[in-house]
Amino acid sequence: MFDVFKAMLDGVPWTIAVTLLSFTIGCLLGFPICWARMSKFRMVSFTTASLVLIIRSIPPIVWLFFVFFGVGGGFLNLSPFAAAITGLGIITAAQMSEVYRGALSAVSVGQYEAAHVLNLNARQRFVDIILPQMLRIVVPSAATYAISLLKDSAVASTIGVTDISAVAYQVTQQTFKGIEVYTTAALLYLLLSVPIALFSRWLGATLNTRISR
Amino acid sequence: MIDLLGMWWEWFPDLLQGFVLSLQVTGVCLLLGIPLGLVFALGVSAPNKAVRLMFLFVVELGRGAPALILLQYFYYGLPSAGITLSSFTAAALALACCTGAYTSEIIRGGLEAVASGQREAADVIGLTKLDALRFIIVPQALRIAVPSLLGFSIIMFQASSLCFTIALPELVSRASAIGSNTFQYMPVLALAGIMYAVVCIPATIIVTSLEKKLGASGQT
Repeated sequence: MFDVFKAMLDGVPWTIAVTLLSFTIGCLLGFPICWARMSKFRMVSFTTASLVLIIRSIPPIVWLFFVFFGVGGGFLNLSPFAAAITGLGIITAAQMSEVYRGALSAVSVGQYEAAHVLNLNARQRFVDIILPQMLRIVVPSAATYAISLLKDSAVASTIGVTDISAVAYQVTQQTFKGIEVYTTAALLYLLLSVPIALFSRWLGATLNTRISR
Repeated sequence: MIDLLGMWWEWFPDLLQGFVLSLQVTGVCLLLGIPLGLVFALGVSAPNKAVRLMFLFVVELGRGAPALILLQYFYYGLPSAGITLSSFTAAALALACCTGAYTSEIIRGGLEAVASGQREAADVIGLTKLDALRFIIVPQALRIAVPSLLGFSIIMFQASSLCFTIALPELVSRASAIGSNTFQYMPVLALAGIMYAVVCIPATIIVTSLEKKLGASGQT
């Protein structure tokens, strides 16, 4: 049992790296997508909304294959890891843009009006007034999404990233101890999601105390 | 462009078979999984603490483990205990467990949203606990849970693509087989993506409008 566990640990850094990097890409790319989605021009906002819907309607595995075999095979030379974070990053960006949009509409209209009245410029209005309030609302749903992304990152094993699920498959083929191996894998994913939940709770509490002060 | 349509025309029958299989897996897993979710939901809100903790553990494990791991557990894991399943059975059972764990939370939300007066009224008119659940509480809870359950069904249809990893010849498996035979990965994956989108986009739009409608009428 113990050597199974030790072998499984090799996959952990890859799972963490895929999750963390694609989440970062998604969080950053989510902002411009959200901005385009809320554009005053109907054409821009409609196109963005359709794109977000299309991205969310196609399973992650199809996106990863598309990036790895489709784009990677023909035009660029992509490593499995790069393809995985690109594919998952795009999906995360689409999801996060919706999270941001929800949070922006939850910031009360009076805040925008007050910022206008105080004659703050566009950058100040967003960075000093809206963004801090928006982040506070974003944290819980972003954390929920990060945990589901952690589990979706298992898909990266299908294009050859040696993450927890890929190692689980290899170890099963070598030892024929499938039940132990996959139970260990399930517990490892469960364990990895705990720090995300704790961190989000801490971050939420910190942001809230700063507001209420 | 003509080339592309020609290739799609040639591949479509094969992919369509995979598409039907994807729908079948999703259908079976929902038919098994949603009743399981109801059982889990009732178990998690049971009065007995030991029962409650046991169900809570099962639900958290089912929600905490990736669907991919559950699938491989049933297909590659169980044979080492002497249970060998076909890939369709393994897929249906694993995704049903996953569905059970996730929908139990949705249904529990529905159960809690049923006004407490309903429970008291059922008590007063002398219904037994089981009858109160059967005729009064569960039907109302399920009605509240319908939009979320439909939303979850869309996610499960997408998750059925994971069955590729256990050699079930569903949509992604067939697309990737065609891709590796012809090296035309981009066109075939695009067609597979469109086939998923054709189901998921209208379904998402319907579910969103249903949620809005029920949300609005729920307040009155």
